[in-house]
Amino acid sequence: MASRILVGTRKGTFIVEKQNGSWKPRLAGHAGGGVNYVARDPYTGKLWALLGFGHWGAKLSVSTDEGETWNDNPAQIKYPEGARYIGQDMYEDAGSDFGVGIKIVTRPATVQKLWIIGFGPGGAVYVGTIPGGLFVSRDGGGSFELNRPLWNHESRGGDLFSGEGKGETKWFGTPASEGGEFAPGIHSIVVDPRDPKRMLVAVSTAGVIETADGGETWQPRNQGMRLDHTPEPDAEWGHDTHYIDQCEGDPDHVWQQNHVGIYYSSDGAKSWRKVSRPEQGVHFGFPITADAKNGRTAWVVPGKSDQQRTALDGALFVARTTDGGETWEQLRRGLPQEQAYDVIFRHALANKDGAVAFGTTTGNLYVSDDGGEGFTTVANNLPPIYSVRFAS
Amino acid sequence: MPSVHLTRHLYTFFPHLEGQSILVEASTAGEVVAALERLAPGIGFYICDERGRLRTHVNIFVGKQMIRDRKGLTDAVAADDEVHILQALSGG
Repeated sequence: MASRILVGTRKGTFIVEKQNGSWKPRLAGHAGGGVNYVARDPYTGKLWALLGFGHWGAKLSVSTDEGETWNDNPAQIKYPEGARYIGQDMYEDAGSDFGVGIKIVTRPATVQKLWIIGFGPGGAVYVGTIPGGLFVSRDGGGSFELNRPLWNHESRGGDLFSGEGKGETKWFGTPASEGGEFAPGIHSIVVDPRDPKRMLVAVSTAGVIETADGGETWQPRNQGMRLDHTPEPDAEWGHDTHYIDQCEGDPDHVWQQNHVGIYYSSDGAKSWRKVSRPEQGVHFGFPITADAKNGRTAWVVPGKSDQQRTALDGALFVARTTDGGETWEQLRRGLPQEQAYDVIFRHALANKDGAVAFGTTTGNLYVSDDGGEGFTTVANNLPPIYSVRFAS
Repeated sequence: MPSVHLTRHLYTFFPHLEGQSILVEASTAGEVVAALERLAPGIGFYICDERGRLRTHVNIFVGKQMIRDRKGLTDAVAADDEVHILQALSGG
């Protein structure tokens, strides 16, 4: 039974534990600091927090005592000398009909944001960053190295370490960067439990990318997805995947919340099928969480269109499917049904052993112990919530 | 030797520096940061990014003068200078 939740917020790390049948939150570290993501490495038992200090940069924090004490990890995430990327900067241009121009700039990479951490067996730790680098540790976080095949991918303009590459990138930016720059970011890392050399990562704004050889080569996995909001809907790259999650016990079942709707794959992301139901309000959103056993079961928290991004009609609900997205149920019991304008970020929804938890940018934390049938309000006044993950 | 004064924020992350009179062997702003790194491993990455550039919202003052070379931190520091490291104020 789920008993412990890690919550990353704009003002610190919170641990929520079940005590005498009730979920109780407490501040557990990084008071006052921005915490983008907190998770427990199931292989080593370490807790990891991805910090974003506005002034002092991105830091990797670790706890080896279940969150009692935290320290900066001795090995921090740093781009190596010579790592560069192609940026597309918008600037004010009074001479243009559109008022803006776009300048292509190749610039040195420095960490703007640590966004997601993932784990594999044998001490594998993966960190996804803005501006789009995947960092890999093979020794439980003792050292990290930039994955160069993905960084140098032809879709990003090729190898800029040794030359000028092709001068063109197909990875676009995300406004989620701490520095305000529109650089791409890796926000999803999914390791195949059957074969840890096979991984999926998702990038805002590029799409889903797979490696089957431990990161030596990478291929786009965006078949079936459409860029409805752009002039080139069938482009291979540029997809605004918000988050992907896989069924741990049946990993060919992969779920995706995208800017343009919800996608489901039953063939390990080789092809995607759109399964959102706009007419039922189940379409736009940021997070998605897949059941660990039943590949056809997933939860989302829909938002009102990309123009508004708040709960629909001021009433909050979770949507659940148990048939691969054929049908969706709206789960509202225990959630506010009037004057609710919560926004749920991409990492702020999780499930484990029948429990479902999510946190909102308005500091509300809701937990269900019965798969979403009914929710309990655990907190109303937390700082804006960035991530919610079960630790046990 | 130049003396270094840190914003309270940095003492939160490096509490063992608090209350200490920090005197360092340095003749440039960059050498001040390098000397601090020896006293408090990791602090250099708070002040500068991984390319050694002063972070955007961090300032170093040598005396009353804000340093000019934010990229290379070559601004000179004299033996009797006081060096202040602080962050831009921001809300929220």
